[in-house]
Amino acid sequence: MLLHDTALIYGRYLRQSLRSRFALLFGVLTPLLYLLFYGPLLTGLPLGGAGSSWQVLVPGLLLQLGLFGALFAGFTVIVEKGQGVVERMRVTPVSRLALLLGRVLRDATVFVLQAVLLVLAALVMGLRAPLAGILIGFAFVALLTLSLASLSYALGMKVNTPQEFGPLINMVSMPSMLLSGLMLPMTLAPAWLDVLSHFVPFRYLVDAVRDAYVGRYTGTPMLYGALVAVGFAALTVTVGTRVFRTAGA
Amino acid sequence: MATVISAAGLTRTFQTKAGPVAAVRGIDLAVREGEILGFLGPNGAGKTTTLRMLTTLLKPTGGAATVAGHDLAADPAGVRATIGYVAQCGGVDPQITVREELATQGRMYRLPKAEAGARAGELARELGLTGLLDRKAGALSGGQRRRLDIAMALTHRPKVLFLDEPTTGLDPGSRADLWDLVRRLRDKHGTTVFLTTHYLDEADALADRLVIVDRGEVAAEGTPSALKLKHGGSIDAPLQDTFLAITGRGPSPSADTAPVAV
Repeated sequence: MLLHDTALIYGRYLRQSLRSRFALLFGVLTPLLYLLFYGPLLTGLPLGGAGSSWQVLVPGLLLQLGLFGALFAGFTVIVEKGQGVVERMRVTPVSRLALLLGRVLRDATVFVLQAVLLVLAALVMGLRAPLAGILIGFAFVALLTLSLASLSYALGMKVNTPQEFGPLINMVSMPSMLLSGLMLPMTLAPAWLDVLSHFVPFRYLVDAVRDAYVGRYTGTPMLYGALVAVGFAALTVTVGTRVFRTAGA
Repeated sequence: MATVISAAGLTRTFQTKAGPVAAVRGIDLAVREGEILGFLGPNGAGKTTTLRMLTTLLKPTGGAATVAGHDLAADPAGVRATIGYVAQCGGVDPQITVREELATQGRMYRLPKAEAGARAGELARELGLTGLLDRKAGALSGGQRRRLDIAMALTHRPKVLFLDEPTTGLDPGSRADLWDLVRRLRDKHGTTVFLTTHYLDEADALADRLVIVDRGEVAAEGTPSALKLKHGGSIDAPLQDTFLAITGRGPSPSADTAPVAV
């Protein structure tokens, strides 16, 4: 039943995404601009890690795509609440977990698709990385979007207007981006900033994907990254499902 | 006839920053099978909150209820399988076609794909939406849109249909059509209809029995004529006067004589 319901909800929302192909491409624009106009600035800089500057930047941009994109997924649920769609579905016997999973799996699909586009563009710009590493990177994007979209839907169910939602999301996304070393590795940071960044879960994901991009699949960063990504996903999906089950909004 | 909805002491208190707000304070209800029940009350009386509790959308903070033989607290899934609910604002995505919304709804009620498609066609015929199946929901008129909302709620042939202010915003012709539809549902399928409304003419014309709520409690109940006789003074009294007599709303004498400004 859960599988049936999840597939059903997933299909409904994937068709919705495919109807607006423009938005689909638009989502990849911001990281693409970074790639084009920011990436070349790093090529000559000593970034400390192994590999080229592209192997440092692209993992950051992939997770940035997830961070900024998926965190805003909840906007759609605010609109759907207004249309009565959420309540109409909650009155049917459809599984509550499926109501969330169908939506977040759609988001993961969309963002992995965008991530593929971004990596293709990066290959043209000069990125060279092992295929396995690139695939691991996509897996992290999928897990991250799953988590952040769940969180975003939970928040979207709780707040009543987009006006409250936007600032809240910005409050989370901006510090997360700066403190996780998405743009430049935190190994360049002074000690206090480096320590602070360890309290931001995304830091571990970025480090893991950067390791993957230089072919290191069994180091501690990969272990920590995988643990944090899976743990965070489990936590956020649980929270999200709870909200869909009990939402009084 | 058998009782299809029964509620005892149904209560909902919301926690707000200003302290607890009792939206519904102990509602007792008994709705018979095949009955059209009009649930009336002034704005903020607790109509929608009661409806949302009976449809499993909102957990009661007190009391108990049984809907179509299923206990609300113990078996919400059982309740969901036997009821249909149309919210005040409807519940369809304006970007999606009528056919797709109806078919997806059927699948949510676990109909196999082919059957869900067939059921969508059947519902469209029954509710006069056949020519509109490939139109987007957002392109429908108010009356057509309401019929689609109701079609969605009838997908699984529910025993009980809950309608929250079903004719708000409709023109007189569409309202009359909708009343016919509700009567037809009851006469043809024996569906019990629980509807809230602000329109007293609607309650008068459509409902077999009225329950009038005020400040989260049942203030009166009975057939329209019995209520008119008891509270309005005569069986021919306008329901408007009866309603005001029960809820005590309207310009009070003391307010009328008070000076507007001094």
